[in-house]
Amino acid sequence: MKKKGQLKLLAGNEAIARGAYEAGVRVATAYPGTPSTEILESISHYKEICSQWSINEKVALEVASGASIGGARTLVAMKHVGLNVAADPFMTLAYTGINAGLVLVSADDPGMYSSQNEQDNRYYSRFAKVPMLEPSDSQEARDFVIKAFNISERFDTPVMLRTTTRISHSRSVVLMGKRVEHKGRGYEKDCQKYVMIPAFGRIRHKALLKRWNLLVRFSEQSSLNRLYSPKTGKNKSLSIGMVTSGISFQYAREIFHHTPILKLGITNPIPYKVINDFAQGKKLLIVIEELEPFIQEQIQQMNLGVKVLGKEYFPQYGELSPEILEDFHSQIFGTDLIGRHHGKGTDIDFDASKNISVNPENKKSSSGSIPQRPPVLCAGCPHRSVFYVLKKLRLKVMGDIGCYTLSVLPPLSSLDSCLCMGAGIGQALGMEKADPKTKGKIVSVIGDSTFFHSGITPLVDSVYNKGSGLIIILDNRITAMTGHQVNPGVGKTLMGEDTTEVKAEEIARGAGVKNIKVVDPYEIDLFERTVREELKKDQLSVIIARRKCVLLEKGKTVVNVYIDEKKCEKCGLCLKFGCPAIELREDRYSINELMCTGCGVCVDICKKNAIKIE
Amino acid sequence: MKNDNNVNNYKKKRPKGVKQEKYLKRWKKLLESGSIMSILFTGVGGQGIILTTTVLAEAALLDGFDVKVSEVHGMAQRGGSVIGSVRIGRKVYSPIVNSADFIVSLEKLEAVRYIYKLDTEGFIIVNDFEIYPSSMYLDGIKYPENIISKLTGYTSNYMMVKATEIAKNLNEIRVSNTVLLGSLSNFIPIKRDSWIKSIKDNVPKRAVEVNIGAFNEGKKILS
Repeated sequence: MKKKGQLKLLAGNEAIARGAYEAGVRVATAYPGTPSTEILESISHYKEICSQWSINEKVALEVASGASIGGARTLVAMKHVGLNVAADPFMTLAYTGINAGLVLVSADDPGMYSSQNEQDNRYYSRFAKVPMLEPSDSQEARDFVIKAFNISERFDTPVMLRTTTRISHSRSVVLMGKRVEHKGRGYEKDCQKYVMIPAFGRIRHKALLKRWNLLVRFSEQSSLNRLYSPKTGKNKSLSIGMVTSGISFQYAREIFHHTPILKLGITNPIPYKVINDFAQGKKLLIVIEELEPFIQEQIQQMNLGVKVLGKEYFPQYGELSPEILEDFHSQIFGTDLIGRHHGKGTDIDFDASKNISVNPENKKSSSGSIPQRPPVLCAGCPHRSVFYVLKKLRLKVMGDIGCYTLSVLPPLSSLDSCLCMGAGIGQALGMEKADPKTKGKIVSVIGDSTFFHSGITPLVDSVYNKGSGLIIILDNRITAMTGHQVNPGVGKTLMGEDTTEVKAEEIARGAGVKNIKVVDPYEIDLFERTVREELKKDQLSVIIARRKCVLLEKGKTVVNVYIDEKKCEKCGLCLKFGCPAIELREDRYSINELMCTGCGVCVDICKKNAIKIE
Repeated sequence: MKNDNNVNNYKKKRPKGVKQEKYLKRWKKLLESGSIMSILFTGVGGQGIILTTTVLAEAALLDGFDVKVSEVHGMAQRGGSVIGSVRIGRKVYSPIVNSADFIVSLEKLEAVRYIYKLDTEGFIIVNDFEIYPSSMYLDGIKYPENIISKLTGYTSNYMMVKATEIAKNLNEIRVSNTVLLGSLSNFIPIKRDSWIKSIKDNVPKRAVEVNIGAFNEGKKILS
């Protein structure tokens, strides 16, 4: 590692930010979403870049498109499902193209570490005919961002950079360079390019198809696609070739020492000729990719006269891992030859008709019953009392996406649905339409950031279509789940500037909601009364449960809470509150002082007055 | 360590630190020959695994190794079971650990959960500290009492460290992970200076001293 420049250990997301900085990016937008969030957080440290949290991914992409038209190199980042929200501008942006370079980062989440689905966004790039790069580590994440901007401007197209959780959240060594200022491209009016009325859209569609042919040729010659040939030796395998991309490449490179590997850096358009050349003289290509058979099916369609296998062996869900590939390796080439610490091993030829399947469900695990440890709402979380009350009142709760989605787990077991950002409000309206008798038995819950993201439109829809339900906005003054990003309700921008504080109650009032209450959820009895009252009303109600996320109040213990053992009748009601600070050890109930934040809500929960304030 | 089967008899006579010495020598050789060393950290969301893996990874980087780190963000962080991994070598490909050469567990139950990941010749360091999972109360499951026997069912290569207690004595409970890193440092060939520089680079300024103190305390503990 005796290279010039500065070496640093960076997460994939930090490396993307670094790449953007070096590429001379001047505007960056995003809505937070795991695993993409840290891209913009890292970019916000570069003062040369004007960065912002947009209220959702659609707006983020629209702002980015405007910035590009306005002449600044622009990066926009989102999680995979975020591109669903931004799909509308995305599809047509492929028609209009760009002015200054525009790169869209889609961070996919195979394995669903923090997502509602594991869709494979590589299909979006084919759908829109937008070129796509897939880095396989942090160094490539930085390098590919810079290359993506060059491709964007050379071909007048937005470019997708697709990462997965493992790329975004694993750290590896990056050789960094210096920022090269981008000259900027002055705006020139060009309605045939930017105004997509049908007449101009038809022209641009043809331009898109022409561009696509140029991109295919570019991909054929690009150094982003690389061939890794095994060192010469008698164990060299010649009749098999591996084709892979992204993180799967790293696993393949570690496990298969004697098989040639074609690593695709551009997976859309895939380089047909390169793959054809690679297939020459081989009997079998094995495609190693996570999720869908995106590359495999395209190679199969090429009819190269070789067998092309992949998903016949590897799962179409979840992440791949060295473990899965090692299992596969041992089944096709024999077990003990891999040699973890020796680098030896043979992977010569194998019979493709052999019946092999790699089942990740067969994974080893520790024997015996080990108590599960699912994620929980934090001690002192203001959401907890809301869901305790909703469960107590046996209400149907149409839910949404955020920390509060965790209330689906016992003991709160509250949620009835969680579909996508903003869905709960519309779903509650639909439930009401399906069966008017459910009136007074359904509520929808939505977080503050989620409300701004996509809760406003269904709120207006509910007013317009005479919904009579109750919408509870869980306003903890921050976007918590993704790690505390500011949002319009906070009155601060990503760059730390003061701005207008947008109030959910004013939006509701403006939309025509008559019944609006703001309650502190720590006042659990008052909150319960308010819910009961609002449910009786004939018109739509909005309750804003407002209390700052407890993690922002750390070290600020309000009161010391303890359990009086003389009064405790061991009924276990307090455990149903589900606070991790309330413990039952050897038949004794107690408050874990280290965890307790002193919110004091459990004092109101205990019917025997055994939980006390010091 | 194949000849450690009769560990109980052997343990009494053996001078302290022999095991550490053995691992240290073995890994010096293995790393030189191009092998990759995999270290798995296990614990509970909020215990600070990300900072811990960073300190180790950057120390290794200072010693000229290639390093890859993998960690978990987002929903799983909310008090759930979490893992992080560091892989060190001349050239590292996968950031995730298949078979761990070392496991450092910040909590006892999480040690048992992931012990199956330990290589047959690997070593596990466990913080003698319990965090009760909330699921237990509901399912009527008890926190396993026989953690050590569960570990010895897999390996005799383990040590318990009272890291949280040591950290409490240093008046900063948050440095318990650094105590464990101190104990780990006796097993793996990374220079002390690199450890210390990495601690200085990564912990908040006001906590540098107490972290170095914690590291030194951990280093004193020999099995």
